[in-house]
Amino acid sequence: MALLEVDDIHTYYGNIEALKGVSLTVEEGEIVTLIGSNGAGKSTTLRSISGLTPPREGSIRFDGDDIAGVAPQDIVRKGISQAPEGRHVFPRLTVRENLDMGAYLRRDDHSEDMERVYDLFPRLKERERQKAGTMSGGEQQMLAIGRALMAQPKLLLLDEPSMGIAPILVDRIYETIKQINQQGTTILLVEQSAHHALDASQRGYVLATGQVALADDSDALRQNEDVRKAYLGA
Amino acid sequence: MRARFDEFRRWKHSNLVLAIVLLGLAVLLPYFFDPRASFMNNAVLALAYIVMALGLNIVVGFAGLLDLGYVAFYAFGAYSMGWFASDFFNRVNGEEGIHLGAGQFASTLPGIHLNFLMILVIAVIICAIAGVLIGLPTLRLRGDYIAIVTLAFGEIIRVFAFFGDDITFASGYTLTNGRDSISPVDQIDLPLFKEFDSAFSLRPYYWFALAMVAFVLFVNFRLRDSRLGRAWIAIREDEIAAASMGVPLVKTKLLAYATGGALGGMSGAFLGSYYNAVNANQFQFGFSIFILAMIILGGLGSIWGVVLGAILISYINTYFIPDVFNSLPSTFGLDFDLTQLSFGIFGFLIVLVMVLRPEGLLPERRRRLELVEHIGTGDEQLYEVRA
Repeated sequence: MALLEVDDIHTYYGNIEALKGVSLTVEEGEIVTLIGSNGAGKSTTLRSISGLTPPREGSIRFDGDDIAGVAPQDIVRKGISQAPEGRHVFPRLTVRENLDMGAYLRRDDHSEDMERVYDLFPRLKERERQKAGTMSGGEQQMLAIGRALMAQPKLLLLDEPSMGIAPILVDRIYETIKQINQQGTTILLVEQSAHHALDASQRGYVLATGQVALADDSDALRQNEDVRKAYLGA
Repeated sequence: MRARFDEFRRWKHSNLVLAIVLLGLAVLLPYFFDPRASFMNNAVLALAYIVMALGLNIVVGFAGLLDLGYVAFYAFGAYSMGWFASDFFNRVNGEEGIHLGAGQFASTLPGIHLNFLMILVIAVIICAIAGVLIGLPTLRLRGDYIAIVTLAFGEIIRVFAFFGDDITFASGYTLTNGRDSISPVDQIDLPLFKEFDSAFSLRPYYWFALAMVAFVLFVNFRLRDSRLGRAWIAIREDEIAAASMGVPLVKTKLLAYATGGALGGMSGAFLGSYYNAVNANQFQFGFSIFILAMIILGGLGSIWGVVLGAILISYINTYFIPDVFNSLPSTFGLDFDLTQLSFGIFGFLIVLVMVLRPEGLLPERRRRLELVEHIGTGDEQLYEVRA
């Protein structure tokens, strides 16, 4: 059984149906990518899974439990955490305080996880006591990912980790994403810049207007003529 | 890590020392004044307002929820006193009255007379519930919209108080006395102490208010440094991020309203007894602004700043405007009292603070960052977060 099974979910913003029956699965240990253009429903899919905008219809099974409509904090507790689109670090908290907030629901000692995050992103260690709002976009993205890891997720949701970041840093961040995955965290990734995402992932889904248009191995998607035209700029 | 921890402890430590020194000095203060001096009256009011301002600071300063209806909690607190410590329900128990731990004199009167400490507990419970009730409709709202809903809530409560003399229930009791006072209200009576008598000395009221301030300061510092305090700050900083981290938005926001309200209710009950009267005219919208001005002047979210702001605004209101500068207009040949301009003066002060020192007199560390060093995400709200 897959770690995450999203089955025919419909999610609305008010009366606008943003997802019109999205289904996907993520196996344990995988990196899976959602690609698609603006407004295709990529972020909404992640927000449906993390409970920020729960789906009105359909089911989401995680680790054997139905989590559609469950409160966000209970979903975090079950082992899904998210680095939201636009990073959303706490600007006036220090890097360290941001990481502490990531472990908000945990009552045990989380210093080991903090060391792990600092190992993954040495830059964060250097900036430990700096206000998050004063850092560059790339550093904030590292912090957003690191903060999500502090919850010890089984499944990590990453929303556009390359958005607004210097190209050289994008490579670095994707290296680290692969590293996080090798350490045992399953990852579901949303990305507009499909190049990096398809490189890093094993499988991918193409979303268009709130529906899954294509689902295949990442290699196959990269060869696909339509995908190349629409998302890889080839 | 180690160094940071020590720094943190030193900081906490210095707060404690500061609190003890200030409270110690404050305890001795009444001995320098006549027990009935108007200074004492002003001091008692200042202390009661500190309690209110610290309560509102939890909602507005910590959790970032702009509450313009805080006067409602003053009303609930004061009416707790009016209902349960006066002859308002004068026919209960065959005009004998119900007395529970009330003072000697009050125990001979008809109506319900409970011990003041019980009334404090009742006021806290009523206001915590009222806080949750006002919190519920604002959960999906942000910023200015919260302000409007809470403002309306404050007005609804005032209107109910105002026309409460037309609202009858049970065997002809009314809800309030409307614009007429519920009076006299019992003096404070505490176990082991002599009954308070404000006609004779204001000192006991002063010390009792000081004890409330000490308690509320303790609560504020503990909350700020707690898990809940971190959750409040997280929500204030970025609601979406807070939700993603697993901060339960509903519970965390409602707890802010409930705690803030409860402290307002405490102070309200105290003021009900101190004024010896409860009537609807006390609960004007302007009072919410009065308290809000204190925390803005002092520094939103900064506990010591709020204390300072409350003292300053309170003394401007009770001393400088009516006693010191009241005849100022007439020296310019103008025919009005300065007290008529009170709210204009508070408004002017807020504008002045906003222009000269927007972070307040003793700003909270984080707010100084936002306003002086311009660190923050701005107002972009990407999505509506599920409340």
